[in-house]
Amino acid sequence: MKIAPFIPAWANRKNTELMLVLVAAVFLIFIFPLFNQLGWVSNFTISLWGKYLCYALLAMSVDLLWGYTGLLSLGQALFFALGGYMHGMYLMRMIGERGQYHKPIPDFLVFLGWTKLPAFWEPFASFPFALTMVFLLPGLIAYVFGFLAFRSRIRGVYFSILTQALTYAASIMFFRNNLLLGGNNGFTDFKFILGYDLLAPVTQRALFVASAITLLLVYGFCRWLKQTKFGLVQQAIRDGENRVLFSGYSTAHYKLFVFVLAALIAAVGGALYVPQVGIINPGEMQADKSLEAVVWVAVGGRGTLLGPIVGAVGVNALKSWAVRAFPDLWYIVLGGLFILVVLFLPGGLVSLPKRLAPLWRRIRKTDIPEAAVAAKPSPIPEIASHKT
Amino acid sequence: MRKFLKLAALLLLVIAPVLAADSPRQTVVEAILSPDDSRKRELISSLMGQADESIGDLFIAWRKDELFVYTAPDGTKTPVHLIGKIDGDGTQNAIRVDDDKPFTGPDGKPLRLVAGDLAAVEHTTAIRRAMKLVLDLVDVASADFGKRLQAVQTIGLGQDATKLPALQARISKETDPRVQKALVEAVALIQLKDTRTEVKLVALTQLKSLHSLASADFLNRTIKEAEAAKNNEVLKSARAALFAVEQHRSFVDFFGTLFRGISLGSILLVAALGLAITFGLMRVINMAHGEMIAVGAYTTYLVQNIFGVGITIPFFGFSLPLPGLNLTGAAYQWYFIAAIPLSFVTAALVGIALERTVIRFLYKRPLESLLATWGVSLVLQQCFRLMFGANNVQVSSPVYLSGNWLVNDVILGWNRVFVIGFAILIVFGMWLVLSKTPLGLLIRASMQNRTMASCIGVRTDRVNMLTFGLGSGLAGLAGAFLSQIGNVGPSLGQGYIIDSFMVVVVGGIGSIGGTIISAFSIGGIDQVLQQYLPDWAPGLSWVPGIGTFLQNLAQDAAVFGKILVLAGIILFLQWRPSGLFATRSRNLDE
Repeated sequence: MKIAPFIPAWANRKNTELMLVLVAAVFLIFIFPLFNQLGWVSNFTISLWGKYLCYALLAMSVDLLWGYTGLLSLGQALFFALGGYMHGMYLMRMIGERGQYHKPIPDFLVFLGWTKLPAFWEPFASFPFALTMVFLLPGLIAYVFGFLAFRSRIRGVYFSILTQALTYAASIMFFRNNLLLGGNNGFTDFKFILGYDLLAPVTQRALFVASAITLLLVYGFCRWLKQTKFGLVQQAIRDGENRVLFSGYSTAHYKLFVFVLAALIAAVGGALYVPQVGIINPGEMQADKSLEAVVWVAVGGRGTLLGPIVGAVGVNALKSWAVRAFPDLWYIVLGGLFILVVLFLPGGLVSLPKRLAPLWRRIRKTDIPEAAVAAKPSPIPEIASHKT
Repeated sequence: MRKFLKLAALLLLVIAPVLAADSPRQTVVEAILSPDDSRKRELISSLMGQADESIGDLFIAWRKDELFVYTAPDGTKTPVHLIGKIDGDGTQNAIRVDDDKPFTGPDGKPLRLVAGDLAAVEHTTAIRRAMKLVLDLVDVASADFGKRLQAVQTIGLGQDATKLPALQARISKETDPRVQKALVEAVALIQLKDTRTEVKLVALTQLKSLHSLASADFLNRTIKEAEAAKNNEVLKSARAALFAVEQHRSFVDFFGTLFRGISLGSILLVAALGLAITFGLMRVINMAHGEMIAVGAYTTYLVQNIFGVGITIPFFGFSLPLPGLNLTGAAYQWYFIAAIPLSFVTAALVGIALERTVIRFLYKRPLESLLATWGVSLVLQQCFRLMFGANNVQVSSPVYLSGNWLVNDVILGWNRVFVIGFAILIVFGMWLVLSKTPLGLLIRASMQNRTMASCIGVRTDRVNMLTFGLGSGLAGLAGAFLSQIGNVGPSLGQGYIIDSFMVVVVGGIGSIGGTIISAFSIGGIDQVLQQYLPDWAPGLSWVPGIGTFLQNLAQDAAVFGKILVLAGIILFLQWRPSGLFATRSRNLDE
């Protein structure tokens, strides 16, 4: 296994990336909501982009695991949905007696023949409790599962398959009415959040800004983490776990920490997603959703911080358009896109500028030998070609 | 049993003189001609349990006033059944009641008679009631075995004492042992309602020796009645009978579960065998494996339609008409046999195309082969949707695969039995291919050490292609069989993919024997949990706080069982991280 060669262009790109992120952040946090308030951007667009940003959080969590630690988890949608469910329980309690049946308990419980609230629903009337649970439950599940999986050194594809099985088990459980979490239909018809009307444009705008800020914070955190010693060990595990292990690092602990961290990021994404989309059901935690999130990361560019965000927003924007324009062909487009990216563009969209750079220079007839040097190695295929 | 038959024979002797008339039709004639109403009723009642469908039709005709008595010039009276269209003169065809033949005049030609000229056969309420009883019992004497069994069982459950003598008379005449058993049971059930203790005791002894599952409810009722009446003798006997029934039930449950476990294991095995090759031997994570199964199932569907009336497949604006052979009857039933090799070939071709275009670039990147093949699976699913519609398609079962086989109350579905046999066959076939053919040798060599095999002249590239084709073909075979068990739709494969991967991982990657054992273990455990979880659910109440919640959940045995199996697999891998039979290797990364 070779060590990735140092590329001078990398430092340069870093700065470009930072500039881009800052511009995007200013745009999303200040300008976009302002335009919405002025009526130049519709409420629909705001909630649609809010959804994309939550998906970007999910993609960040996948990237943290897959791109930086080499763990392909097919269960991130589970943590995303669990975060959503925990927040959804709070929102369900906030409906109060304004539901279809005008009862103090959620409609679906009335429908199932309950007359009083099941005990575990009681504390969810408190927002701080629900917020704690948003972190606690996904974190706990990730901890237990990760502990078992990493302790017995389950890695590579086995880890992927097991996480998929975990998601599958959870989704068939959440589809049941007996779990008392809404069954098939999940939670919907939310009315209030923290006393504000959820459907009011100003609330939606605030949620949008909250999503954008959270994404910015997570981005900043991952950027910081990446260059700490912890982050370096993490990337070393990705590139050659045995070497790290034999150098005296307990890789299982590192992996467990990253796994729980990624679960928390996904859960926050889910918790922000639910009030903006207005529904959460077990469909969100099916294995397909996790794989879709992996597609975003792969398309955007794994092992980069900008990649998952670009991928999540790009693929979902494409989806929103394609589902309406070509409803029959959308899945063929998505599947085909994925095959092409895996086969021909392992670095994803963000690696495109670097790949196209030699071509660009040739067009501008600049220094040809330098272009040949820059074209040869790129860090991403290096990650891709190592044996997992 | 013998004692009871003797009793029945004795009863028969008592009734016998009434049945003096030689044939049921003669009896009807006698009843019609008899001037005495009570004699008529007696004769009709004597037909209980003896009459077949034609007598039933006669009675219906009688009630509809279609029977008449023709009096010849010499005074002889002949009952006739007037049927058919009434022509201009008001005449109709006449059928003799006694032999069901057209009524002829002295010249031998069929006579046509006018209803108004004849004396109609009268019927009173009492006669109609007697006829209804006979009609209720018509099916008991039916020529059709299934109808007979059904009728006897229904009467037994009805506990109608008026039908008792007829049933008892029927016991000795019945030739089929199953129906005879049902008759004895029905008689015992009816006798259970008798007020006399000794009759009840005889019935209970009988039920105990029969220990039929249907009698449990009646026994429970008898126990309650006996408790109320403080009849200790009956109580003791009924409890003993109930115990026998319960024991039989647990026996049936056990063997039923065993059978279902084996059949589910075979299904898992059939679905996972292809994966055991592509994933286990080649280390390619083929997420499109489920779609290969669906390719096989859809091939079966196409073959079925080609044997039938043909089908037109729309695809991207084109439509491909496939003409049908328009076969019917036995020839059509052969379609499934024809579909088996075809589904193998089709899926193998699709697999080879997939290997050539996508997978061969990804042999060194297993995680990425997972992602690319997932893309392939999305594309294939959508293609199925475009070609065959988003709904499930109809694949009919050939006659030799439908129906059940009942062994001592344990239901064995033919298709399930078939899948078990099929699983054994393809495991054997695969073993033959892998260990007895030159191709198998090359496959094993390339999979063990690709570089070395290639050094000594094996064309590993081609072997890879063929191996992947073999794995996909096996998936196609699985699809052909799964089309007989579940629905065939675009997402058919999704239902099996996770289970298949689990089977291979638990069995140990690269070990076919491990795959077999793990398939049967997972299938067996799953079925045991499904069968017995509801019984164990009350035991969950000790869990603090969420006891009732868990109990509720455990009632969904199918889902909860599945979750427990998955949790069990995760825990199992703690103990044996590389499955049941790990292939040993000096490579650190394996």
